Formats: sequence, structure tokens, C-alpha cells
Amino acid sequence: MYKTFSKRELLAAFLLGLLAIVVVPSLNAYTPEASFFHISDFAINLWGKYLCYAVLAITVDLLWGYTGLLSLGQSLYFSLGGYMMGMYLMRMIGSLGQYHMPIPDFLVFLGWTSLPAFWKPFNSFPFALMMVILLPGALAFVFGFLAFRSRIRGVYFSILTQALTYAAWLLFFRNNILMGGNNGFTDFKFMLGHDLRTGPTQRGLYTASAIFLLLVYLGCKWLTGTKLGKVQRAIRDSENRVLFSGYAAANYKLFIFVLASVIAGLAGALYVPQVGIINPGQMATGKSLEAIVWVAVGGRGTLVGPIIGAIFVNALESWATRAYPDYWPIMLGGMLLLVVLFLPRGLVGLAEHALALFKRARRGPAAPGEVASDTSPAVNHAPAK
Amino acid sequence: MSPRKEFILAAEDVCKTFDGFKAISNLNFYMDEGELRTVIGPNGAGKTTFLDLITGRTKPDTGSILFGAPGVDLIRKSEYEIYRLGIGRKFQTPTVYTDHTVFENLLLSLEGSRGVFNALSSRVTPAQRDRIHEILKTIGLSARVGAKAGSLAHGQKQWLEIGMLLAQNARLLLVDEPAAGMTDEETVKTGELLLSLAGRHSIIVIEHDMVFVRQIATRVTVLHQGTILCEGTVDEVQGNERVIEVYLGRKAKH
Repeated sequence: MYKTFSKRELLAAFLLGLLAIVVVPSLNAYTPEASFFHISDFAINLWGKYLCYAVLAITVDLLWGYTGLLSLGQSLYFSLGGYMMGMYLMRMIGSLGQYHMPIPDFLVFLGWTSLPAFWKPFNSFPFALMMVILLPGALAFVFGFLAFRSRIRGVYFSILTQALTYAAWLLFFRNNILMGGNNGFTDFKFMLGHDLRTGPTQRGLYTASAIFLLLVYLGCKWLTGTKLGKVQRAIRDSENRVLFSGYAAANYKLFIFVLASVIAGLAGALYVPQVGIINPGQMATGKSLEAIVWVAVGGRGTLVGPIIGAIFVNALESWATRAYPDYWPIMLGGMLLLVVLFLPRGLVGLAEHALALFKRARRGPAAPGEVASDTSPAVNHAPAK
Repeated sequence: MSPRKEFILAAEDVCKTFDGFKAISNLNFYMDEGELRTVIGPNGAGKTTFLDLITGRTKPDTGSILFGAPGVDLIRKSEYEIYRLGIGRKFQTPTVYTDHTVFENLLLSLEGSRGVFNALSSRVTPAQRDRIHEILKTIGLSARVGAKAGSLAHGQKQWLEIGMLLAQNARLLLVDEPAAGMTDEETVKTGELLLSLAGRHSIIVIEHDMVFVRQIATRVTVLHQGTILCEGTVDEVQGNERVIEVYLGRKAKH
């Protein structure tokens, strides 16, 4: 009764994964630039960014759609992961900065002549990667432990997550914590010996993002099908019953919260070398809210929804901020209103609805109730095994 | 002389005040193992607060609540620890997992490990499957096994929730107004279900519907202003002067 993957889902994931991981990078690498099929370095870079956002959106949905925890601070963990990776990238600049000093420029500017102790281990990539996982994970653990133990639920939990993000945002603006202040980290040059300013490196990062997204999707698909996933949704629907069935709901919530934050941190670490900058703006409260919008638009409570939502909204933003820069906030707000009022299950819900209507039309006047209950036969053209 | 049965629940001198309002005052309540006890009382008598105290949802100001023999004090335990001792609670409004199927609702309630990491590798065993089907038969929901709990009728949800308490193999079932909102027919079926469970489980039922109380009750406890007014059979209780006073609001004679 614990659901495993259906063949159809696996096939779809495999094909889309193949497209994103093999076909797209190949079109970038092996087709001439003039070719119709060529995908530009710019597009690769943009899509790498979208895919990182898609992972962030999945973590929001894991909390909001599946567990009923509306975290308004998920970009904080994303940014912390990004900052940890940023510290490594800053060290990899070496003496190639503006001041030609062996320490990051902003430290020189602040009057430092040697590297502060806590910066030193970031020369090592494995250490930075460990911190990418540890810092968001530890913060989520401490915050989650206190919040869930004190039974902070619903809107109060949301407000607290937002307050925490806001506090971190203010903190990272300060120069004296030696994290780059309001300029953050930028001007990255090398990662693992590869030049970040070249196409192949960016293609590699894009491919890594695509693989990571696929792994996160499959992992979450598996997780939500286990008993833990069932308890998770049970908490969302009736936390009291869960408690009175003997589950320590707080432990389950803590597990999901830490997991979601670690994944968000890893997504941030992949994001930063692709956009080439990390600053406190990335953890502004608005950024977390945007992630909520992606999930709402795509369809919460599903795993494809956040991916679709993140890519759709960001692609739309890329286009709109060039074509109609003044109207983008209005479009975003309008879209959210539309979704809240008419599409409670987002684009995924809309697609399912359309599919159901289509099926009904094809079958003629079917018995009522039939449409809602099954979705397989009309879509599944392959013979069932 | 038959040996006296052990108390399954013994609450002594329990007091609970909310902002100066005495919800429970000097309550003494004893119940035998296997007993089916009905608790009645006007609104605000403290019935639901009493259940909250037993299940650890609120903590009393003073007093002790001992469960089973030799007697574990419930006051120091959290909700899930109290559950693990074998106390199950059915809420006043049906509380089931609406997005899960009937089968899954029972599956999540079955006794067994509740740990986070065990939940990652948990599988449904044939024994669990059998147990679930047995419970489904008891609560009369075999035909709805694959239906989402949210799509059940009100009465069916109530039975499912009782089934969930059976799944966790609770020694003591706390059932809060099971007949509320039910049709007459559903009410009778609920009564039969509870009667069939008595003996194997100890059950406290909180109820308003006197027809229902008459159907199931062997022993009735009347709560009033947070304390026990009287205890006895349905007839004794209904004939009791003070109970009539409380229910009909007649002034006490001086």
C-alpha cells in the first residue's frame, strides 16, 4: 500500500531527464551557432538558474503542500548554501582581484591584510560542500526544534520563519561579519580548476543542476510514498489525530524541515556559480514569497507542480521584465490572484481538469463520478502489464 | 466473593482552572477494567476537559490520574506517550485523515513503531493487512476500503475513527459524542458497535442523546460544574432529584 513509482511516471521522468541532462547540453556543445537547433550559452545559463529555482520550489512544496507548514523563509536556506559556496569561489579568485591581494577584495577594502580564521578552511571544496549542507541543516534543526517543540503552528510558524529570514537579511548586510556586506560575493573566476566564465563550465553546472533536480524529484517521489510521507500528509490534514495516534508529530516535522532546508542549501550552492553573485538581496523576504508563488501557480501538493511553476513564472519574468518592465509586478500579482481564486491546484490541477473533460467528451456522456476517480485509461496508451 | 477488578482509570482530587473558571473541581472518578461508562452532563460541565486531562492535552492544577495497574500517572506524560500506554481518543467532530484512503487511515493507526526513521522503510505485512480487514468488518466499512476518508458520510467517518482506536489496540477508548449529527439508524449501529467492544476494551462515552445513552449505558456518571453529581444506572440517574434540577434548571428547595 506504500506506493512505488508507476511505470508511466518513471518513463516521463526518464524522458524529461534525458532531454534536460543529455539533449539540451549536447545541442549547446555540438551544434554550430547558426543552426536552428543550437542552444546558446545564455539560454543554458538561464535554464540552469531555473532548474535551481525548481529545486527550491520543491522544498517549499514538501513543507507547504505535503506537511502543511507554510515556510516563508525558504530562500534563507537557499542563500546560506549559496554563501557557503560563494566563500569557496571567493578563495578561488586568488590574487586576481582588483587589489591583487591573496584575500578577497572586500576584506582588503575593510583593512584586512590576512585572511580571517573562519575563511581559511574554505580553500577546500569538500569543506565548502560540507558547510553547504551543515549550515542550512543546523539552522533548520535549531529553529525547527524550538518551534515545533513549542507547538508553533499555522500562521505563527509562517511569521516566525519570515522573521528569521528578515533577521538574517539584516545580519548579512553588516560589513563586520566579514561576509561581503551589501555587495555580497561576486567576480568569481574558478571552480574546481575550471574557468566559470567559459561555456563548457557553465554547461557542466547546468547539467549538474538538471541531474540534481531529477534526483531531488525522484527522492521526494519515493519519500512521499513511504509511511513517513503518509504521516506527513496526515499531519497536514489532522495533526491532533496524528498526536493521538502516538506519533511525535514534532519529530516528523523537524525531519522534513531539516531535509527541505538542506536540499534548498544545495540548490543555492549550484545557483551561485551560475549567476555569479550572492548578496543579501537573495534572502530578502520577497524572494521567499516568490517561491511560494511558483508553487501556488504550478500546483501545490504535487511534485511536478513546483517544477512547472518555477520554470513558468521565471521564464515569464525574464520575458516580461524585458518587454514590459513596468508591468511585471502587476502581472505577477494578477497571476497569483487568478490562481488563488480559480485554480486552487495550479497549472497541474488545470491540466488534470482539462484531461478529465477531454476524456468525458471522448467517451460520450459517462457516468458521473467516473471522471474524478480515475485518470489512467485515457492517457495510458501502452498496454497494461 | 469474586476478586475485585482492577481500576483501569482512577482520577483523584483533580482540579483545573481556566482563567479563574473552575472547569474541573475535586473530581474523583474510578472505572473498572472492561467497563463501558457513559458520562453525561449539561454544557460546560467539564466533560471534554476531563478527556483533555486524561489524554494529556491539558494538565491539571492538582490531583492525580492513574491508568491501569499498578497505575501510571498520566499527568507527567505527553500525548503520544499516553497513546503508547493504550489510551485512544475519538474527537467530537470526526477527525480522520481526509486525503488518505480508509485502508491507509487504519494502517497509520496500527500499533507498532512510530519512529521517523522506521517510517522510511516500513512495509505492510500480511498480518497488518489481515488485522485491517478484521477491523473493517467490525466497523462495517469493508466496502469502502479504497475510498478516501474525506468522501465518507458523517457516520462512516465516526466509525472509521473508532476503527482507528481499535487499530492502535487501545485498552481505554475515550469516545466524545459519537452520536452527534448521526441519523437514528446510524446511532443504533454505533451503539451496537460500542457494546460489542465493551469487555475487551474499557470505554468512556460522552453523550447528550438520552436514547443513545439508554441503549448503551450500564453505568452513568453525571458531571456538573466540573464535579461528579451522581453515578448509577440510567433509571437511577434519571430519577435523581439533583440531576433533574441541573438539567431542568429547577431551583433547589431550601
